[in-house]
Amino acid sequence: MKEFGGPAFVLDRSDINTDEIIPAKYLTENSKEALAPHMLEDLKLEGFDPRAEKLRQARAIVTRGNFGCGSSREHAVWVFEKNDIDLVVGESFARIFRQNMFNCGMLAIELPREDIDAIIALGPDLTLAVDLEKNVLMAQGSHKAAFAFTLNPFDRELVRAGGWLAFADAHY
Amino acid sequence: MGQTIAEKIFAAHRRDTPTPDNVVLNLDVVLCHEITTPIAINDLVARGMDRVFDPDKIKAVIDHVTPSKDSKTATQAKIVREWAHRHRIKDFFDIGANGVCHALFPEKGFIRPGYTVIMGDSHTCTHGAFGAFAAGVGTTDLEVGILKGVCSFRHPETIKVTITGTLGNGVYAKDVILHIIKILTVNGATDKVMEFVGPVVDAMSMEARMTLCNMAIEAGATCGICLPDRVTAAYLWPFIQGDYATLDAAVADFGKWYSDADAHYAGTLAVDVAGLAPQVTHGFKPDEVMDVSALAGTRVDQVYIGSCTNGRIEDLREAAAILAGRKIAASVRGILSPATPKVYNQAMVEGIITTFMEAGFCVTNPTCGACLGMSNGVLAEGEVCASTTNRNFNGRMGKGGMVHLMSPATAAATAVTGVITDPRPFLQQAKEVKA
Repeated sequence: MKEFGGPAFVLDRSDINTDEIIPAKYLTENSKEALAPHMLEDLKLEGFDPRAEKLRQARAIVTRGNFGCGSSREHAVWVFEKNDIDLVVGESFARIFRQNMFNCGMLAIELPREDIDAIIALGPDLTLAVDLEKNVLMAQGSHKAAFAFTLNPFDRELVRAGGWLAFADAHY
Repeated sequence: MGQTIAEKIFAAHRRDTPTPDNVVLNLDVVLCHEITTPIAINDLVARGMDRVFDPDKIKAVIDHVTPSKDSKTATQAKIVREWAHRHRIKDFFDIGANGVCHALFPEKGFIRPGYTVIMGDSHTCTHGAFGAFAAGVGTTDLEVGILKGVCSFRHPETIKVTITGTLGNGVYAKDVILHIIKILTVNGATDKVMEFVGPVVDAMSMEARMTLCNMAIEAGATCGICLPDRVTAAYLWPFIQGDYATLDAAVADFGKWYSDADAHYAGTLAVDVAGLAPQVTHGFKPDEVMDVSALAGTRVDQVYIGSCTNGRIEDLREAAAILAGRKIAASVRGILSPATPKVYNQAMVEGIITTFMEAGFCVTNPTCGACLGMSNGVLAEGEVCASTTNRNFNGRMGKGGMVHLMSPATAAATAVTGVITDPRPFLQQAKEVKA
């Protein structure tokens, strides 16, 4: 199975919506690549700079609750994909965003608030790695920590298949 | 144990159970628009899989930016138009016949009780007003829906929302749903179906039920749903009269979808709307809701009446009752976008368009445009809009703009004064004038 993780960027706010992840004015693009420069352009978060070098280098996002709420736009997932981010770890996700992640063969991991607190407490130089066999998220920052997670069995199937289109084409 | 309406619809459409907690459903209708469909079409073409599972079950519209505003939106429209023609999708609605998807498709009779419906649009939950399971999905789900006619969902846990009391004059379905979202919060119904029941829902028109279900997604819900009844049957009658001998027979048949008395609910919420005031959002989340009095006097630059939430004929009538014989404030730009050509035409017949225009409103063609800041009423930095739409997210109607969500009546009263205003005194005056 595909490897997930790498340098992580923290978005320490709940209810980040898909308009903030990719504003509607870019929905007129007919290629996923064209979205890439506009990731998180309208995010309302104290001190956040969408052009930050650390965000450009990130391979994972750590966030709070109800991430990806609002519009169904899969562009919010593609903009991460085209910036080489294929892992989002949060307290919870909006249904459509979460489904879009797994439908693209990407990973949305839910952890309890205490675990997200602990990951954020590891500091800004944070790296994540995922063991999908053992269901453990390894976090390396000021020190190392490991967090057990559960994946919905069907979502796991989608990651294994490389997404919903591949799964559906094989089965239906 | 008994089943909820959503569970009954799932049972009737179950294609597969790939894992114990997931169900792959056969779809009755796959709805498409020009923002989320072109990338699915392009991907299918690139994979050599440019097929559709059933052209009669696919309905498509150009609605988000129409007429096209630039080369990019013209290209999106062109991709959908050519695809619809190529696959003989007869229910394709283009310039002259197009309107906001969640107002247009129900008007055409495409949504029936017990149906499964998906669309690449989060407000697809609107169609649950007809007793259908209707869910917004991303482009990959849409693509598989187009190709295979299936979609996967988790087991549909349901929150039963019982609405009692009597709505006061000047208080509408929009106020009720804003009040419910305030209680549930923006993720209070995530992964759940919201089933709306009770005497207030029973007394609502289909238009009002669509407003109610439209904003279920703003509490995170997969779908809003109402039990299909005589109101539903009467609305659908022109389309179903060949299927049933009488309206009574249709109503009796719809009963098969009703939730059982011993159905299991993941949660219940009792809402008494007696004494409920008109509701208005503040901040940047749709659960940040206050009584209109708390925000009264807030200056606005633009008033927008339209959208899949509140662009139907009833909404226009409610606003026109306040605008009749009045002028909007000189400081306000008033924009009306009737949601469909049928609504537009009916509003002309009833003199509503004239009322709006004489009050100083600009009337646009049916389109989603301004609601998501794409066209026909985008805000400038620092501007404030009183809007009948469904999202007050930061930058939603234009970068740096502020959106206050409210009912059409509150929006109309606000247009007249130029500041957020309780519509009830205006309605009282209108009554006195009539008497």
